[in-house]
Amino acid sequence: MVSAPAAHTTVEGSSLSVREVSKAFPTPNHAELRTQALDAVSLSVNAGELISLLGPSGCGKSTLLRLISGLDHPDSGELWVGNEPITGPSAERGLVFQDPNLFPWLTVRRNIEAGLVARGLLHEKRGEVDDFMRLVGLAEFANAFPHHLSGGMAQRVALARALINHPKVLLLDEPLGALDAFTRMRMQDEVLRLWEARGTTMLFVTHDIDEAIYMSDRIVLMTPRPGLIERIIDVTLDRPRQRSSQEFLRLRGDILELLHFSGHP
Amino acid sequence: MNALSDVKDQANSPATGSQPPAAAVASAPSPSRLPARTYLAIPAATLFALALHWLVSRKELPAETEIYFQFLGLVLGASVVISVIQPFWTALRKWMKEMSPVIAAAVLVLSVGEFVTAGLRLLELSWLNAPPMPYFPSPAGVLLSLVSDRALIFDSTWHSLLLLTEGYLLGVATGVTSGICIGWFPAARYWGMPLMKLVGPIPATALIPLAMVLSPSTKFSAMGLIALAVWFPVTMLTASGISNTRASYLDVAKTLGANRSYLIFRVAIPAAMPNIFVGLFMGLSASFLTLVVAETVGVKSGLGWYVSWASGWAEYGKVYAALVIMSAFFSTIMTVLFKVRDRVLVWQKGTIKW
Repeated sequence: MVSAPAAHTTVEGSSLSVREVSKAFPTPNHAELRTQALDAVSLSVNAGELISLLGPSGCGKSTLLRLISGLDHPDSGELWVGNEPITGPSAERGLVFQDPNLFPWLTVRRNIEAGLVARGLLHEKRGEVDDFMRLVGLAEFANAFPHHLSGGMAQRVALARALINHPKVLLLDEPLGALDAFTRMRMQDEVLRLWEARGTTMLFVTHDIDEAIYMSDRIVLMTPRPGLIERIIDVTLDRPRQRSSQEFLRLRGDILELLHFSGHP
Repeated sequence: MNALSDVKDQANSPATGSQPPAAAVASAPSPSRLPARTYLAIPAATLFALALHWLVSRKELPAETEIYFQFLGLVLGASVVISVIQPFWTALRKWMKEMSPVIAAAVLVLSVGEFVTAGLRLLELSWLNAPPMPYFPSPAGVLLSLVSDRALIFDSTWHSLLLLTEGYLLGVATGVTSGICIGWFPAARYWGMPLMKLVGPIPATALIPLAMVLSPSTKFSAMGLIALAVWFPVTMLTASGISNTRASYLDVAKTLGANRSYLIFRVAIPAAMPNIFVGLFMGLSASFLTLVVAETVGVKSGLGWYVSWASGWAEYGKVYAALVIMSAFFSTIMTVLFKVRDRVLVWQKGTIKW
């Protein structure tokens, strides 16, 4: 088995194209200065691909994700999903944060339904809610409120909530960053399972090299100030990947070396 | 290797990966038997009150004594019945464990009241400044006033309830609406905030003379004043709750396909609910104050009117009786609002179990 989108049973995902995108923010306390978060960044993602954006903090990976989600707009450049330009937020592009951001006033079930309610589709697609709750293993917590959930469970609800809209692109901003090491590894498998089942195009922001190698088809290595793509690394290891295999460790060494020689801390 | 991964899987599976709700752990099994001091506290306190009353009430009105004996007898009878049946009724036992000390203390407080009024008058301890009769009736006297004037007191309570409900609901409706507008729409904030800052802090009671002139009926103006008193805190708290909605909730909703009405009604308003309820409580206190003042100076009905009317006739037994009813009335309304809040904010309290 090769690490290719062909492994999916279905491909719901859509290709994504980032063209010469720049974004600057005002520097705190210095209104006249602007920090260049992204400087003419271009990236092309195939339908059903899982891409990691890897880099130290401040390299613009979260900014890039917000631009793709449509919550922010670029200063210059274009973003396209399939054949359509991105003009604003849409249910086609789901977003999962490090903090699950579940609506605390809604039960697990109602959180997962939120996307259907927002689009007025709850009535037709109610049956899917159960499927998604089963998919993330939360069927028996349907009526629990978010504050009763552990971090890993809350993040699973957040994933189900984003996936219920069948997004073409799922954007994950360090979704596992707040979890302990064991929950984290289990959740990596969980995300991979969801990805393989649905063929959603995924962009996965992380600062964990192991996570990036374990999960992605390609790793986009970014450097800060200004945010640039340093290099794109193809990960050709077979899936499921062995975290302690020779190839895995060799690639890990290469990336560490690359980060070290790139001259940025 | 396999064994290792199995353990990991189990440790993180949904069934065991959750934290148990704190409430489920905290509830200890209730005791099957109550200590004697718990179920005998109320009968003992009541017997003491009866004995004291018998000792000090010789010079008080016979009608007062009769009704007070009936009242204490009723309390004694009920407490004895409850003490006898509590071993067979778990819910009652729990209630007694909780309430017995405070009810017994309340009966003893009545006795203290009885002693400093009727008792000191009987002993003719003028050097102790025994309180004069008309201003300080004994608890028995208050009870007699309450019972004998019950029709008018009930009618007054009913009118207060009507006026309070109309004014409060009007204030809440306008306050929540204007709060949502000010909190969400920048234009409403720009034009609304100066008005709020100027009009809001004026105590509604200061506007009573103006309102009486402006409005054809005192009822109507009183309702408007109560609504105004409620409107200000409700608007302020609602607006701040709406504008402080976590940006990430709104971001998530947008990426789920939410339109503006979803963002307002299904994200911002629920997120602001805890704040809105703070405003509702502040508004309720303000409405009590405004109600009583408006009834005292203008409206010719209600408990506020009754108190000033009775004190005008120097019938202080009725004044205290009305105050007792007022306390029960306002405290019941507060309790209702607390219950509503507990229900609406069940997600926040975290007492729900599944």
